[in-house]
Amino acid sequence: MALDQETVRRIATLARIKLPEENLEPLAGELNNILGWIEQLSEVDTDDVQPMTSVVETVAPQRPDVVTDGGAPDQVLRNAPQAEGAFYTVPKVVE
Amino acid sequence: MNSELLRFTLAEARNKLRSKEIGAVELTESYIEAVEALRPLNAFITETPEQAIDMARRSEAKLASGEAGAMEGIPIGMKDLFCTEGILTTAASHILDGFSPAYESTVSTNLWNAGAVMLGKTNLDEFAMGSSNMTSHYGAVENPWRTSATDNKKYVPGGSSGGSASIVAAHGAIAATGTDTGGSIRQPASFCGIVGMKPTYGRCSRWGVVAFASSLDQAGPLTRTVRDAAIMLGAMAGHDPKDSTSVDVPVPDYEAALSGDLRGKRIGVPKEYRIDGTPIEIENLWNEGVEWLKAAGAKIVDISLPHTNYALPAYYIVAPAEASSNLARYDGVRYGLREDGDTLQEMYENTRGAGFGEEVQRRVMIGTYVLSAGYYDAYYLKAQKVRTRIADDFRNAWEKVDAILTPTTPSAAFAQGEKMDDPIAMYLNDVLTVPASMAGLPAISVPAGLSGDGLPLGLHVIGKPFDEETVFLVGQHLEDAAQFSGQPQTLAGS
Repeated sequence: MALDQETVRRIATLARIKLPEENLEPLAGELNNILGWIEQLSEVDTDDVQPMTSVVETVAPQRPDVVTDGGAPDQVLRNAPQAEGAFYTVPKVVE
Repeated sequence: MNSELLRFTLAEARNKLRSKEIGAVELTESYIEAVEALRPLNAFITETPEQAIDMARRSEAKLASGEAGAMEGIPIGMKDLFCTEGILTTAASHILDGFSPAYESTVSTNLWNAGAVMLGKTNLDEFAMGSSNMTSHYGAVENPWRTSATDNKKYVPGGSSGGSASIVAAHGAIAATGTDTGGSIRQPASFCGIVGMKPTYGRCSRWGVVAFASSLDQAGPLTRTVRDAAIMLGAMAGHDPKDSTSVDVPVPDYEAALSGDLRGKRIGVPKEYRIDGTPIEIENLWNEGVEWLKAAGAKIVDISLPHTNYALPAYYIVAPAEASSNLARYDGVRYGLREDGDTLQEMYENTRGAGFGEEVQRRVMIGTYVLSAGYYDAYYLKAQKVRTRIADDFRNAWEKVDAILTPTTPSAAFAQGEKMDDPIAMYLNDVLTVPASMAGLPAISVPAGLSGDGLPLGLHVIGKPFDEETVFLVGQHLEDAAQFSGQPQTLAGS
């Protein structure tokens, strides 16, 4: 299943990456090469095989559901490219 | 600079600091000068000489009062993927411009608590995605090795921990941290003629490490000797409640494990690692490694890991899928670069279009595609099933052997610029290191010889989960037998 330029444009939108029009075709070629190479996995018999969910055999740890950190808005905002008061700012999303 | 100080291994420097033969400040000062002299390698993104001197002074006080930690006064490089409080942390990406973490990663905290001294933040492939250190926003790193003094070509140090490997090989740091997702510690260690150790997944905390592929990422040391790696891993490892995948098991005394006995240990040699087109010198070195271990009393066992060939293509589903999810956080809102747009969506797209380099964009695109509606089962689920197969291969092998010996890489270091137009050729660098990553196993690369051209080659030992001790023991025997004494053409203080 070869990716066309339209699919590459759709993936870029899903990934929120702006791509110049002229990059779509070469990128489609590269992605097709990589996905074509990955196709060899279809040779592996995976019937009745459980997908790996954890690479080490371990039990997920549990802890009390209590706040352990927080109350530091200045620390949280210190790297924000744009902030106002105790808030991040973004382009207007509601009219 | 006092070049004699630059020649000590971590273990030697530690002992001489404790016996007051050398001082922590003079050691650090020599390394700061070495770092300056080695700037053409571009191994550091940020140098931190003032912090280094402060830390060395504190170490000197601790050494004087007999409270020295395991790494007291040892100057190291910190891969710029570890968050360091108040110090620029970039992941070698434009999108993290100016990022100053409000917290310190657990692994770096452990190292500072053990007395290590930070020389600076080392260069890497952008977001640790690469095998050449060519994808860094801060420029390529040079391998200190060349084929001869008259060779003008620049070679890659490998990647992604290329800055760490290059600076340790050139004696600009005694040791450095790395992270390994598919080979990012072991491959650069092999290319630069040093030791690189990736521990079992879960051995080191991932808290505060910029995430690439969360089910694969592990921190580990890059050092000049196996003993040094054992000392440093002991200081890095340990359970951390802040990382739910960090495993709560005691950290053994790795250095003590080095004096163990190899007699009777069973070493597996997997036939599937003999890959078509591998240069004969790599094959020969591997055979030599087998002979060395045999001579040390080990029993060599031929084994089969039938799904080896599928590890790399499965990795190129799992790692990009996890990366596309992890890198969703770079949105121009909370930190780093922001490129304005008329709408929120445009601002996201502009920021990520300008902030991510080509290889990162390629992998985020692959990850987004394989996780997109209708494709999840065909790609991600299939890859996770193949991963189970790969892990089963190793589980079966552990019934017959205690450790596995392979080459680290299918070639020696290549010249800068090579393989740049063919992503798959670049990915194939990791063909021998990725299977252990997919199974979460500990593995070490030890320098064992030189290629016909005079560039270093490493041998690779894979062990059972949480059995780093056997991996170190086998690594020590390889090091003893190989007597690797080569020095790179670029060497601080020479």
